[in-house]
Amino acid sequence: MKRLILSLWFCGLACAAQADSLRIAVTTSFENSGLADVLLPALAQDTGITAELVVVGTGQALRLGEAGDVDAVLAHARAGEEALIAAGHATHRREIMYNDFVIIGPSDDPAGVAQAVDAASAFRAVAEAQAAFVSRGDDSGTHARELSLWDQAEIVPDQTWYRSVGAGMGAALNTASAMPAYILSDRATWAAFGNKGDLALLFEGDPALFNQYAFLPINAEQHPHVRADLSAQVEDWLTSPRAAALIDGFQIDGMQMFIFNATPTD
Amino acid sequence: MSDIADGFVKAAQLAVSLDPELIEITLRSLYVTLSATAIASVIGLPMGAWLAVTRFPARRYVIALLNALMGLPPVVVGLIVYILLSRSGPFGVLGLLFTPTAMVIAQVIIITPLVASIAHQAMRELWADYHDLLISLHASRWQRIVTLVWDGRRTLMTAQLAGFGRGIGEVGAIMIVGGNIDNATRVLTTAISLETGRGEFALALALGFILIALAILVNLSIHILSRTEQGSRW
Amino acid sequence: MVKSPDILPLDLQEVAVRRRGKRLLGPVTLALKGSGISVLIGPNGSGKTTLLRVMHGIERVSAGRKAWAVSDADAHAAQSFVFQTPIMMRRNVRDNIAYPLVLRGMRRAEARAAADGWAARVGLGAALLRPATVLSGGEKQKLALARALVTAPQVLFLDEPCANLDGHATQEIEAILLAARDAGTRIVMSTHDLGQARRLADEVLFLHDGKLVEMLPAAAFFAGPASAQATAFLNGDLVF
Repeated sequence: MKRLILSLWFCGLACAAQADSLRIAVTTSFENSGLADVLLPALAQDTGITAELVVVGTGQALRLGEAGDVDAVLAHARAGEEALIAAGHATHRREIMYNDFVIIGPSDDPAGVAQAVDAASAFRAVAEAQAAFVSRGDDSGTHARELSLWDQAEIVPDQTWYRSVGAGMGAALNTASAMPAYILSDRATWAAFGNKGDLALLFEGDPALFNQYAFLPINAEQHPHVRADLSAQVEDWLTSPRAAALIDGFQIDGMQMFIFNATPTD
Repeated sequence: MSDIADGFVKAAQLAVSLDPELIEITLRSLYVTLSATAIASVIGLPMGAWLAVTRFPARRYVIALLNALMGLPPVVVGLIVYILLSRSGPFGVLGLLFTPTAMVIAQVIIITPLVASIAHQAMRELWADYHDLLISLHASRWQRIVTLVWDGRRTLMTAQLAGFGRGIGEVGAIMIVGGNIDNATRVLTTAISLETGRGEFALALALGFILIALAILVNLSIHILSRTEQGSRW
Repeated sequence: MVKSPDILPLDLQEVAVRRRGKRLLGPVTLALKGSGISVLIGPNGSGKTTLLRVMHGIERVSAGRKAWAVSDADAHAAQSFVFQTPIMMRRNVRDNIAYPLVLRGMRRAEARAAADGWAARVGLGAALLRPATVLSGGEKQKLALARALVTAPQVLFLDEPCANLDGHATQEIEAILLAARDAGTRIVMSTHDLGQARRLADEVLFLHDGKLVEMLPAAAFFAGPASAQATAFLNGDLVF
C-alpha cells in the first residue's frame, strides 16, 4: 500500500510534461480581459494543443522568452519585442489584434481630463491639477505607453502626486480605485475589472492610445527544446478566420474589446 | 465590509457545489504543500535532533543561521529557484520550471529551516531531560537521535504543522516558479492573488476562507489521528 | 560469600575534579573490590555525587587516573546508574525498563518480556502500560531501579535513591537492593540517611570536603570511626 501511494506521488510529480502543450508567456493586460478563456478551449478543440499561459508583466515575459523558459510570447510592447528578435531569441513577431488604452480616473474628474483634446493634453491636465496618478512603473507595455505620453506632454511627473506602484494592471487598478487616482489602462482589463469603485472611463479615442498585440515564437536555433512546431500551429490558428471571429466577437458589457488585424502569411 | 460577507457566502456556495476548478486547485495546494512538508520533515527533524545532541565549535553560529533562515523571504527563494531551474540556468535541462515539482522544491527550501528550528528547540529540551540517562547507558549518537525523535514525536508534529502552515499560505515563491498556470500550477494562494488583481474581492476572499478552513481541517485531522490534545480536563 | 564481579577492582589514583576553579573532589585514591554494598556518607557538598559519577564514568576528571580490571568498553556494559531524581522517558513503564536492552540490540519482544519480569519484581506489574511520567515518586524510583537491573549489571551505582521517598517506598527499595546484593551485584550508593547506611552497608566510605576520609567495613566504622569529622557526623553535628 505504501508503495502504491509513493508511486502515485512520484507520478504526480512527473506528470508535468504533457504531449501537446505549448507554454506561452502572456502579459497581464491580455489575461485580465478574459479573452484567453474564450480562445484557449477553441484552440485545444481545433488543434489538440493545450496552451499553458504564464501570466506575468511584459518585462518578465520578455525575460522568459530570452531564457527559453517559454515556447512563445504574446506581448504589446513593440520596442521590447523587436529587441528580443534582434537578440535572436524570437524568430519574428506576428501581429494578431489590437485594442486601445483608456484614461481612467475619479468620476468627479478634478483635472478635467474628459474635456482634453488628446491624450497628451489629458496628462498635462492631470499634472497641472496635481491630481493623484497611479503608474504601473514596471516597464510593461502599458507603462511604456504612459511614459511616452508624459514625453509628448513634455511633463516630468512629480512624486507628490505621481504614484509608481511597480505592479500588474489589476493590482495597479486596485490601488487607483482605493485612492482614487487617475490611471492609464487597456480597455479590456478595465472593462473586466471587478473593483471599479468610484473610477470611471474619462478619455478615449486618441490614435496615440492604439495598442498592438503580437505573437513571438521563440527561436529553436537558440533554444533547441522549444516546441517550434507547435508554436507555428498556434500562430496559424491565431491568425485564422476562426480566431478572427472569436476575437472580434469577444465583448464585455456589450462592447467589443479587441480588433483582429492579422495579415495572412506570404 | 460587504465584501467580507459576500466572501463567506461565496465560499459556502463554492464548497457545497463542489466546483470542479476549486477542487482542482485545492488538491494541488495540498499536494504541493504536503509533499514539501514531508520532504522538509525528513531533512529537518533529524537535523534538529542532531544539532541538539552534538557539540562542535561552530554550533552556536549554525543554530543562529538556522533560526535566521526561518525569515527567508519567499519571493527571494522563488527568484533563486527560478534562476536555477531556468532553461538558461544550471538545472534547466531538467525542465522543471512551471511545474508543481518546482513549487515543491521552492517550498522545501522555505519550510525546512522552520521545521528544523522548532525541532531543535523541542529536542534540546528533551535532551536536557534525557542527557544523564542516555550518557549513562552509553547510547551512540545515532541511538540518541532516534530516541529523542521517537519520544519527542508529538512536539515534532508541531514543527511539521508549523511548516505546513507556512507552506499552505505561501504565494511569492510558487508564483514565480510555478507561473500560476491554469490547470497546471494554479493553487489556492495564486488564485487568490489572481482574483485580487482582477478586482474580484468577494471571490478572492471566498478562496481565502476555503484556504483557512483547509488548514484547520488538516490540523484537526492530524490531532485526531495522533490522539493528542484529548480530554477536556488536566 | 559471593564471587566478586569480573570488572572489579576499580582503581582510582589521585583523582580530582575541578569546575570553574572550585575543587569538587579529590585527590581521591581508592580501590573498589570485593562484594556487597558500599555506602558513601558525608555532609552535603562533600563530593558524594561527584565521586559516584566519576566512578561510573559520566563525570570528566581534571587529574588522576581511573581503571577497571577490564577494558572500558566491557566495563561500561556491566554497570548501571540510578539518579537521585529518576529520569523517566516519555513512554510507558514497560518500554522504559526495556530501553537499555533495546539499546544493546535485543529484539523488542524479548526486551519487553524481560522488562515485564523486572516490573513484577519491583511491584510495578500492574502498571506496565501506564505512562512513566504519571507515576508517584516511589514508583518512578522503583522503575529506575528495575531499568538499571534489567541488564544484569555487575556494579550498580545509586545516588541517594531514597532521598525524596516516604518510609514505605524506602523499605521496598532497600529490599530490592538487598536482593540484588545477594544475587551478586556489587552496589555503591550514597545516602544522607544514617539509618539506611546502618541497615544496608557492608562497607562505608566517609567523605568530607571532597576527600575520602575513611573507608572501612561497616561494623568497624559504626563501632568507632577514626576521624573527628566522622565522629561529629555520626553524632548529628554540623560538619564543615
